Amino acid sequence: MTAEIIVVTSGKGGVGKTTTSASLATGLAMAGKKVAVIDFDVGLRNLDLIMGCERRVVYDFINVVHGESTLKQSLIKDKRYDNLYVLAASQTRDKDALTQEGVEKVLDGLSGDGFDYVVCDSPAGIEKGAHLAMYFADHAVVVVNPEVSSVRDSDRILGLLASKTRRAERGEGPVTQHLLLTRYNPTRVAIGEMLSVKDVEEILGIEVVGVIPESENVLTASNNGIPVIVDANSLAGQAYSDTVARILGEVRPLRFIDVPKKGFLQRVFGG
Amino acid sequence: MGILDFLKRKPESTATVARERLRIIVAQERSTRGAPDYLPMMRNELLEVIKKYVHVDLDAININFERDSGHEILELSVTLPEGKPAAGNPTRNEATIG
Repeated sequence: MTAEIIVVTSGKGGVGKTTTSASLATGLAMAGKKVAVIDFDVGLRNLDLIMGCERRVVYDFINVVHGESTLKQSLIKDKRYDNLYVLAASQTRDKDALTQEGVEKVLDGLSGDGFDYVVCDSPAGIEKGAHLAMYFADHAVVVVNPEVSSVRDSDRILGLLASKTRRAERGEGPVTQHLLLTRYNPTRVAIGEMLSVKDVEEILGIEVVGVIPESENVLTASNNGIPVIVDANSLAGQAYSDTVARILGEVRPLRFIDVPKKGFLQRVFGG
Repeated sequence: MGILDFLKRKPESTATVARERLRIIVAQERSTRGAPDYLPMMRNELLEVIKKYVHVDLDAININFERDSGHEILELSVTLPEGKPAAGNPTRNEATIG
């Protein structure tokens, strides 16, 4: 049994790749899967902070690639879920430290250790790190904001996924593409200030796998080092849970894409 | 706000503007995706040559690159301007190099 490789990518920076990687990996683990999440952003380690394990990083991804540590020594076990592990990015400035053979070795190692899913958190851009993060992928979650530069960049990424991956090169069938719309604000969409779900789907020619509403809970969660999906009361957390279920094959309708209706008290007292 | 304001045409929403701009740029970028890097330069040089004979804009030249199983097709079409037909031809001519 080989592990399914999922890359979380976007092209543009700051759209929510790491937030998504953390919640996706945690959600898969909550569903009982054995999951590893790898930070591919060499030199700019951040996934460890979002996962809340930054003080437990001893060895990193590059150490494993160079044989300076074993996979077992380098994987950081999650505090909340026993079947969830984090592999931190190296803080080295040497971008060439990561090689295709090295990445393949680590992914094969994880498959051999019985992992069901490996989530690869891609760096921004389309340089080497981003290329390596997507190269071995079976699935891709393309994170996009309802904003012009993000939409354009994700179209480029969709093009790269169709041509510059191992699956494409070997003719093994396409990488399964999932479009995830984040930082969505239904109120601004309603007054014509923001691209709608339908607009983004039409421009990119692909349906969304989820819509994550813009939510203050995302910042709160990152402040605390807890993936937002763990916060079952937050709308963003619930939207991520839906997304993970859909990636696992469940059919769930989209939520939180319409302007929230005000309750009686809110209508009377404002807010 | 005057009571007749509702008669004025509403300005186009910024989301609509964004959608139309994206539609155009995404379609344009997809048409040249995977094509060789020299394509934009070649397009400009070809335009210079064509300009010696006919007055055309950059927009009049359309380059399409397709990769089929085993072979590649570079399609180039030039829309000649109306009113200035090249020697006895109809007003709109399309030349295609296969």
